[in-house]
Order: sequence, then C-alpha cells, then structure tokens
Amino acid sequence: MKITNTIKITKLLAILFISVFTFTACSDDDDDDNDHDHDSEEELITTVKYTLTNGSDVVTLKFSDPDGDGTIEPIYEVSGDLTANNTYTGMIELLNETESPAEDITEEVKEEADEHEFFYTSDVSGLSITKTDTDDNGNPLGVETSLTTVGAGSGTLTIVLKHEPKKPNDGSSSSAGGSTDVEITFDVTIN
Amino acid sequence: MQRLIFLCAFLYCISTNTAAQDCNITFKGRIIDFHDKTPILGASIAVINLNRYTTSNMDGVFEINNLCKGKIILEVKHISCETKQITIDIDKKISKDIYLEHHLEELNEVILKASKKTEQSSVEQSIKKAVIEEFTDKSLGDALKTISGVSTLNTGNAIVKPMIHGLHSSRLLIINNNVRMFDQEWGDEHAPNIDINASDRIDVIKGANTLKYGSDAIGGLILLRPKRYTVKDSLFGSILTSFNSNGLGGSLNSEIIKTYNSGYYTKVQMNYRKFGDFEAPNYNLTNSGVESLNGSIQFGYNSFEKGFDAYYSYVNNEFGILQSSHIGNVNDLVNAINSQQPRVIEDFSYTINVPKQLIVHHLGKIEAYKRYKGFGKLTVQYDFQINRRKEYDLRRGDLKNTPVIDLRLFTTSLQPNLQIDYFNNLKINTGLLIRYQQNDAVSGTGTSPLIPDFDKYDAGMYAVGNYRLDETTDLSAGFRYDFSDINARKEYNVTDWQETYNYDELFPEFEDGVIKGTDIPTNPRFTYHNMSASLGLSKKFDNNILLLANYGLASRVPNPSELFSEGLHHSAARIETGLLTIGKEIANKFILSLEKNSNNFGFAISPYYKRINGFVQLVPVGITTTIRGAFPVWEYNQVAAQIFGIDIDVNKKVSNNFSYSGSLSLLQGDNLTDNIPLIHMPAANFSNRLSYVNANLNQLTIRLSQKTSLQQNRFPDYNFFTYNATIQEDVFVDISSTPPSYSLFGMHTSAVFKFSNKGSLKLEFTIENMFNKSYREHLNRLRYFSNDLGRNYNLKLKINY
Repeated sequence: MKITNTIKITKLLAILFISVFTFTACSDDDDDDNDHDHDSEEELITTVKYTLTNGSDVVTLKFSDPDGDGTIEPIYEVSGDLTANNTYTGMIELLNETESPAEDITEEVKEEADEHEFFYTSDVSGLSITKTDTDDNGNPLGVETSLTTVGAGSGTLTIVLKHEPKKPNDGSSSSAGGSTDVEITFDVTIN
Repeated sequence: MQRLIFLCAFLYCISTNTAAQDCNITFKGRIIDFHDKTPILGASIAVINLNRYTTSNMDGVFEINNLCKGKIILEVKHISCETKQITIDIDKKISKDIYLEHHLEELNEVILKASKKTEQSSVEQSIKKAVIEEFTDKSLGDALKTISGVSTLNTGNAIVKPMIHGLHSSRLLIINNNVRMFDQEWGDEHAPNIDINASDRIDVIKGANTLKYGSDAIGGLILLRPKRYTVKDSLFGSILTSFNSNGLGGSLNSEIIKTYNSGYYTKVQMNYRKFGDFEAPNYNLTNSGVESLNGSIQFGYNSFEKGFDAYYSYVNNEFGILQSSHIGNVNDLVNAINSQQPRVIEDFSYTINVPKQLIVHHLGKIEAYKRYKGFGKLTVQYDFQINRRKEYDLRRGDLKNTPVIDLRLFTTSLQPNLQIDYFNNLKINTGLLIRYQQNDAVSGTGTSPLIPDFDKYDAGMYAVGNYRLDETTDLSAGFRYDFSDINARKEYNVTDWQETYNYDELFPEFEDGVIKGTDIPTNPRFTYHNMSASLGLSKKFDNNILLLANYGLASRVPNPSELFSEGLHHSAARIETGLLTIGKEIANKFILSLEKNSNNFGFAISPYYKRINGFVQLVPVGITTTIRGAFPVWEYNQVAAQIFGIDIDVNKKVSNNFSYSGSLSLLQGDNLTDNIPLIHMPAANFSNRLSYVNANLNQLTIRLSQKTSLQQNRFPDYNFFTYNATIQEDVFVDISSTPPSYSLFGMHTSAVFKFSNKGSLKLEFTIENMFNKSYREHLNRLRYFSNDLGRNYNLKLKINY
C-alpha cells in the first residue's frame, strides 16, 4: 500500500512537472526568448503636416513629437503667413517618423475613412475650412480641404482627428464623440 | 453520523472464520496520544462482533482475554477524538500501541462549526458555501463585499478587485487552495482570476496572522478553501444554474465528487458563464459583456498520518470594457464627465468588441503531508501558475486584432512547512519558501510593453507560535524574513533616462553605455530584504465573548508597475509612470476585535489603525501634450499614510423565524506627508438585512436587504484646468469629485425540496437594485462614463445528488 502510494505520488508529480513545461511551451508561441526584442510603437503618429497651396503660395503647418507619449516637448513649425482674401487647397499628412522610412498613417486613415474624420476650427475671423473629400458613405473625411481667408488677422487653427466618431455629425468634434487620435493647435497669421 | 465522528472511536474487529481451537489468547493494547506520546486514560474499547468492552487504565493499557486466533477489529471511544479502524491478526500480534488523535479538525473540517479559524487569535470573517453559491455568476469581489470592511475597486461591473480597509492589489494576498495567486495583480483593472465556485469557504483575515503566506499583507489576506471530504465510499455532486434579466445571461456550474473508504477522493468541477451587455437603469452599457469558462480537478488521499492533494484549475475570462470608456485625450474625458450618458449606446448584444481583456490562468499544485508521532506534521507543496493577459484596444489597420498589452507571467514555488504540535500548550508552524517568477512581455503587440521582461527570485522563512496561556487565553507571535531579487530588461528613452529622471547618475550600473537610436537598453536589478512580524492575543470571557488583539509589521517590495510602467492607460486617459526610485513600503497594523458569537445575539466590533511608511500611490502630477492632445501624467510617489476605522457587525434573533443582521464600516485614510486625504478610500457604508426562515416549510427563506454607501467627502483635490482647442478656452477637469450617496435594496427568497435521501432541489429568486436606482460608485473606474447597474431579476436552480 505504501509503495503504491509512493508510486502514485511520483507519477502525479511527474505529470505535473510535464504539464508545467507543456504549458510554458504552449504559451511560448511568440518565440520571445530574445531579451531585447521589444516592440516599437507601430501605430504612433509623430508628425502632422498640413500643407496649404495656392499656386506658388505654399504654407505648411507642421507638428512633430518624435518620442510620442514621452516627455520631450513637441515642436510646432509654421512656414509663413497666409495671404488675405485667398483660397488654399489643404492636404493633411500623418507620419510615424520613428520608423525608417517614415510610415504614412494617412493611407490607413483613408482606408478606414468611414471610421475617421478630421475637424478644423479657427478663431481667426473670416477663416473658413471646408472638407472636400468623403468616405464611402458620402460623409466628410477631411484629409483634403479648402481653406478660405478674408481679412488680415491672427489666431489659432486647431486640427482634430477622431477615431470612430458618430457619422454623419453636426460638424463639431465634441459632439461627434469617438476617441481623439490627433488634437493640435497652431498659431496662424494672415496678412 | 455526525455524532459518531465527533466521538473518538476505535474499531477493532474479529473475523471469526477460524476454528475455535485456541481461544485463550490475551491481547494487550496501549492507547497513546499521537502528539506527545502520553498514555490516554478512560478510552473505551469494544470488540464489536464479540460484544465485549473494556477501558484503558492510568497507563493507557487495556487487555482483552480469551480471544481466538484470527483477525479482530476494535472500536475505541474517547472524548474529542477521532474514529479510527485497525485490523489486527491475533495469530501474529498480541500487543499493540494504538495512537489516538485529538486534532480531528485537521482531518475533517467539514464536521466543525463554521467558526473554526485559520489562527486562534486572528481577526477574520468567513463566507460559507451558501453565500458563495448566491454569487455563482459573479466575482470574488462581489461575494466578499458582503463582509464589513471589504469593498471593491471596479472597472465596470465584471472586473472587480477586492479591497480590505481601502487597500487592494499588491497589498492583499489572495490564497487560492493554499497557493498565493500571481496574476498581474498590480493593475487597478486586473481582477483576480478566480472561479469562486471551486471554493467551499472564503476567509478574510483583517488582522496580522498572515505570515505563513507572505510578508506583504498590508491590507490583509483572502483565503479560498476547497472542501475536505469525509473518508467514506460515496458519489455525489451538484448542478447549479443561474439566469439573470440584466445582461440576459447566467452561469452553469457542475461538480461531481467521488470519495472512497480508503481515503482517496477526486473532484471535477466545471463552470461556464456568459453575459451580454448589461444595462444601467436608462440605457444599455454597450460592450460590457462577459464570457468565462473555468474548470478544476482535484485528486488526493486523506488519512490522519499521511496524504496528498493534487489540484489543477483553469480560468479563462473575457471581459468587454464599456465602449464609451475608450477615449483619446483629456478633452474627451471632460466631454464624458459632463455628459449625462455614455457616448455610445447601442442595442443589446452578446458580442464582445474592443476594448476588452482576455485572461487565461492556469494553477496547479501538489501537496503531500506526513505526521510524525510525538512531533508534528510535515507538508511539502509544489505549485505553478501561468497567467496570460491580453488587452485589446481600438486600433487601426493591420493591428485591429492585435492586443496592446500581452503579458505572460509564470510563477512556480516550493514550500515545505512543519507544524509542531508536540508541546501541550504550544503549537509551532514554521516553513520555507522558494519561488521563481518570470514575466514575458510577449512581442508582436506593436507597442512598447507597459511592464518589461523580468526574472524574480524569492526566498523566505517563517515561524509562528501559538501558546495557550490558560483555558481562556491564547498568545501568538510570528516572524518572517524574505529575500527578493528582481532583474528586468527595459529600454528607456535616452532623454528620460539621462535628463527627466536622472537615472544615468542614480543607477549607472543598470546601463552599459550603449545607445540604440533614441533608446537606451538597461538592466535594472534590485534586491530586497524584508522583515515582518506579528503578535496576537485572544481572550475568552463569559457569555461567548471573545477579545482579540493583533499587531503586525508588514513590508512590501514595489511591484513591477510601480517601478517600470510607462505609457498611456487608455480608459483612464492618463499617462502612468513608474519610478526606479520607489522603495519598500512598511506598515504597522493594529486591530482589536470584540466579538460575541451566538445565534440569538451576536456582534463583532473591530477598530483598526494602520500606519504606512513609504505608501506608494499613483497621483496626477502634471499635464503633457502629445499629438492626441493633453494628457494628465500620473506618477507613482511615496508618502507617509495612515488608515483607521471601525467595522461593526450585529446579528439578533427576533423570534423563532425572524432574524436581523446589520453592519457598518467607517474608514479614514490620510496622506500625512501632504496633509490631505488619501486617494480612492471607500466611503462610510452600512447595511441591514431582515430574514425570515422557516425550517419546517422547505427551509423557506425570505430576506430583505438594504445597503447604503455615503458620499466620500474626504478626497484629495487633483482637479485641473486644460485648454480645449475646439472651443478655444480653458476647461475644468473634475476627476476628483465623488458621486452622491446611494442606497440599494434587494430581496432574496429560497426553498429546498427533497426528492430522495441525499438528493434535493433548491430554488432561489433574487432581485437586486429593486427600485432600479441610478447611481455611480466612486470606486468604479468607469464612473466618469456611465451609471452602475440597474435592476436585476435572478433565478437559480440547484440540484444536489
């Protein structure tokens, strides 16, 4: 009896040990033995570039934050002033510059246009921005825009990208809901 | 049957198949105490089939004359001893020492009154199987909340972390079938991966008598125990089903147990639970469904002198997280706080979309024990756990079905334990622990891991003594030493490493100077030495009054998230940063408890005080601007803290059928360093229950209950202003203010119908949140986004066979 018990316990221990290794092996389906294989941030947006073009009059508003959520302060670059009483064609570009070459996130946004929408707001009087592109359902997307200036002045221009907003919506980002992927504010001057 | 086991008996039989040729043999026996080898006087001995009786004398000796050759079976009775059965061949042996066991409770806890404690002097409360079954389709935290002083930290209604006296996560030890749970318990939104249906009883130890399990039980200890089975041939089981109107779901739990006369037993248990979207009083909580599949197998052998127990459990949980809680930045959070309703309300669905958590937990153990005469009991336990946690968030493109967090934690430990009960008045419990833990931040998530890869080694030793001073007084004292070594591999941003945190000067030994682009690979390594101690006193007075006093010194090493976490925590709209400079947390705990245990009138009054040095808390420290807009940065820091309060429980039998019970918990937590209240402390709450039980009418039970949670007015003000670019003005972000008081009412009815000797059917009908009250609880992390659950009708059916 005693011997049978011992055998039973030994057997059971053996089974347990084997199962430990099996489980460990099974869950190790990602071949993660390398110590320094940490992932890089793949879906990070580090750079937003808003290019406004009217013939040879080109103004770029660029925001870059190379470390993403890290502690380094982001950089705002505005290439120049906008001209009064003018209409610009606007184009948004989103990049992940931690990758080399830089990954174009705008493409992903366009592919999932029905789940995304850009919103533009400005406190400069007379400045208006209309979205000129649409998603498959005919709702505005906002990668391509048209910007019209009236008189001279200065103020801010804010660009917001929402993921899974309510579509269609009343045009304001706060009532569209969704989660914010981009929210940046540039200082702009119109001469 | 019960009485038989309560008595101490020896069964000694003669098989009279031999011819009566030589019937003048004298058998001489001696009855001895198993523990200290002292002779036992006055044990009654019966040779059953010969109808002959005798008793043992002063030296424990007895004689039976005129026996024939052959096998005999004896039965011996002595007050408060065990039933034992020995067959002796008279042909070969005519004398024998027979060991009697006074500590029957160790073998057969089933037969004991429910008040059996983990330690004589510990301040603890228990919930029994009947209560566990009421929570069959809920979580451990929901069940424990019925105990005064226990509250929960929720993420929605399915992810529920238990809190004892305002402390949770790494400050609570959860012991599942004698194995300490390691399931990434550091996270606020990580609920323990436990299927409560596998347990027979759950104890909450608020006091200090927890050294056997670890040195870091600053909050307390939760002990889940499986049932221990009587030694007899039997096959039984149960099926429990539950259905709920809220969430249109429920659970099915089935267990089957086979026990043998030889002491072997085996148990198989399975549980499946499925809920769709839950609902608040006025709207659906879109994407709040749950699905889980759990199972456990137990196999063992149980006798007084030796035995073993092998146990394996599997828990697979999938939790949907309220879709509206997925937000981008602090302005989204402001919108959520200011809006009365969640932003996404869709029709009811069983589908669980992102955000969600998927957790698989394996736990296996084998334990073997042997008792040594005149010495004690040696137990050796080996266990392992694997926890795989995947968290999914709303993502773009190819990463849609890729988790943002994918961690695998493997833990294994070996624990020898020695219980010395040789001394009459002194019991010593001592042991060792060796543990290895490995965390693997599984690659392929496309994000930098929240918790890095690490290896952790622990070794500990402890000794706890219980001394019986006199009939009414017990003293206990314990000491524990632990060594921990944690060795992590993490890449830091160079600017963070060198400038923001100055780690290159504080911890130059963690880096080797190599810089890879913007990152610096590091190898943080910490070792800790931990001392902990406990003192306890228990004093009995007349009228079943008991006074308990506990002191405990506990210390906790920082958990991986406090040291290493870095990044965005989505549903909280905050960036959380751990610091390598976080050190140990050391607590001095005092608790008193005055208790009266009686069905007619009983109470427990337990005041407590905890002083914690180096209390690690996560608090907002500023705002950082990212491409997604502004985020508050939450950083771990350490402060001096105190937590004190009182738990009061009362029960009173009003008449034969009616009884009342009530409880009250008051608590105050202070951050002494900044002289402000501590964050996330439970508010004062009280409950009343009135029950009607008619044992003659199918055990009909009707219970009305009420629970009130007052508004928490003591909270630290971490509110701030942020610039909202869309409306172009500063907005106030009220993340600190607490929701108002609320009261919930419930009704519970049940009845039992017997259909055979051991077969029965139990029907239970329960209404929760009877008046469909809209409320928010400040310890629910999703309170910014939605109300808590509305009314629920629940029907349970249990078949015992």
